[in-house]
Amino acid sequence: MTLTEIAVKNMSRRKAKAAFILAGLMIGVATVVALISFTRTMTADINMKLEKYGANILAVPKTDNLPLTYGGLSLGGISFEMQEINQKDLAAIGNIKNAANVTAVGPVVLGGVNIGNKRVLLAGVDFEAALILKPWWRVQGRTPDPNEIIIGSEAARVLGMARNDRLTLEGIDYRVSGILEPTGSQDDHLIFSRIPAAQKILNKAGLISMVEVAALCNACPITEMVRQISGALPSARVMAIQQVVKGRMETLHRFKKFSYGTSAVVLLVGSLVVLVTMMGSVRERTGEIGIFRAIGFRRSHIMRIIFIEAALISALAGLLGYLAGYGGTWAFFQFFMEKSSVGVTLNMALFGGSVALAIALGLLASAYPALMAARLDPNEALHSL
Amino acid sequence: MSYIASQNLSRQYGTGSAAVTAVEDINLSIELGEFVAIMGESGAGKSTLLSIMGAMNEPSTGRYLVDDIDVYGLSQDSRADFRREFLGFVFQSFHLMPYLTVVENTMLPLTALKISRQEKKEMALEALANVGLEDKADRLPSQISGGEKERVAIARAIVNRPPVILADEPTGNLDTHTSQEIMELLQKLNREGATIVMVTHSHSCSRYANRLLTVSDGKITDEIVNAN
Repeated sequence: MTLTEIAVKNMSRRKAKAAFILAGLMIGVATVVALISFTRTMTADINMKLEKYGANILAVPKTDNLPLTYGGLSLGGISFEMQEINQKDLAAIGNIKNAANVTAVGPVVLGGVNIGNKRVLLAGVDFEAALILKPWWRVQGRTPDPNEIIIGSEAARVLGMARNDRLTLEGIDYRVSGILEPTGSQDDHLIFSRIPAAQKILNKAGLISMVEVAALCNACPITEMVRQISGALPSARVMAIQQVVKGRMETLHRFKKFSYGTSAVVLLVGSLVVLVTMMGSVRERTGEIGIFRAIGFRRSHIMRIIFIEAALISALAGLLGYLAGYGGTWAFFQFFMEKSSVGVTLNMALFGGSVALAIALGLLASAYPALMAARLDPNEALHSL
Repeated sequence: MSYIASQNLSRQYGTGSAAVTAVEDINLSIELGEFVAIMGESGAGKSTLLSIMGAMNEPSTGRYLVDDIDVYGLSQDSRADFRREFLGFVFQSFHLMPYLTVVENTMLPLTALKISRQEKKEMALEALANVGLEDKADRLPSQISGGEKERVAIARAIVNRPPVILADEPTGNLDTHTSQEIMELLQKLNREGATIVMVTHSHSCSRYANRLLTVSDGKITDEIVNAN
């Protein structure tokens, strides 16, 4: 006979009480797991969507003037006449601490060109990076070769250009390989070429006007990524597209705080359920405890029986609570979120944490009943029989 | 010095004008191997005396010694160890754990011992054989008779071979025939060396003891040595 056997057999006799404690803790753990899983999945989903939305960091030459709007977002200043970023410096972005979190780096050379009597903005871009940074781009035709360009839909309309037309820019002949479908952004008014072509046309060899970066870092704030890229590009002013990132993250932070508050309340209620039920169980077993004490059980033995019971039920509550919380979150994302959302994944750390949390709470809430049981006077306890 | 000795033992409950003296100035000497019966009316103080002898009820004054150990000078844990090593309890209402089998109930006093489960089981089966219940080892208490329950309670009391068995009305819930069997069993254990102190109302049971103490108003008022 061992203390564990006594605890297990006693639990199997008092199934209703054990089930009540189990339910109390399980609901608490399930709520915490569901909220944490939900928050994590939402964070991952937002990050994924941010990636889809493209660039979230911009590097522009340091300047004190010419504020400009790009893509509906305030980007700070860009001056076409000012000192621009050296293209060779961009390699340093690949060496930052969180380089693995950089999804795409898209340098852009900007400059005005004359087409007939119209002044148009020419953008030299890295089309491979641009398609990651601007996933909403749809080109009627194909991305241009070195001697080709694509034209924004509005620019094509104003200039009367169509696919396969030819256009002379600063004396060089280019073929229009495609028309960019309307994006609703400033891109609709631009002409796009490859970077070397634009640098040649604009006479900006080896220079870059701005850099768009898609960077994601779950473990660090976007400001940390900005700080690292700023270090890599000292001549540039690096900034996050705060409107997108901050707004979403702040909402998530608020939800996180709410989750922690809710979790604390639910866990407190769960612990009280354990405490009250264990107290009742100890009172019910006063005579039994008296017999144990009479036949030589130490106070510590009585406490251990109570703690073993609590630990076993709590561990099971942790396991079931995790599964219930995970299942609830999974069901929520299945039924209420769009198909493209990030899926809920089994998280072993959260699983371990759930079981540990349940055991810790179960033991903590059982401490007073266990102490009460251990302090029972054996003689008085026997008289209760 | 006797194996069990008490010096001026008193036990009071409550304080001031509400104070009740359950046991008063008891001096007791019991030798190893004796079978002592304690008799008295209800409320005479015999159960309080037995609980003091069982290291479960600290006296208000006086000393209680077993094998020269000042029992109430021990810490709570040491007193629990003392109960386990020196004493075996037989309760009136058996007090078996309903969720444990006969052999598991018998093994209970061995729980804290650092010996293998197999050894514990062998000791329990030996104790059950001693009371004639080895064939009912795997039954639950609800599946055996009252007399058999009392036998299990005795097996539990002797499983770790304590030198002293304290029995509180061991036949209180049994019919005459079964009571006789239980008393014969206790007498057998006494002959095998166990010191037995038994509280009883029954004169027929007290006849099995070597010595009969009568308690009245918390004091030992009479002492008879039986010829058996």
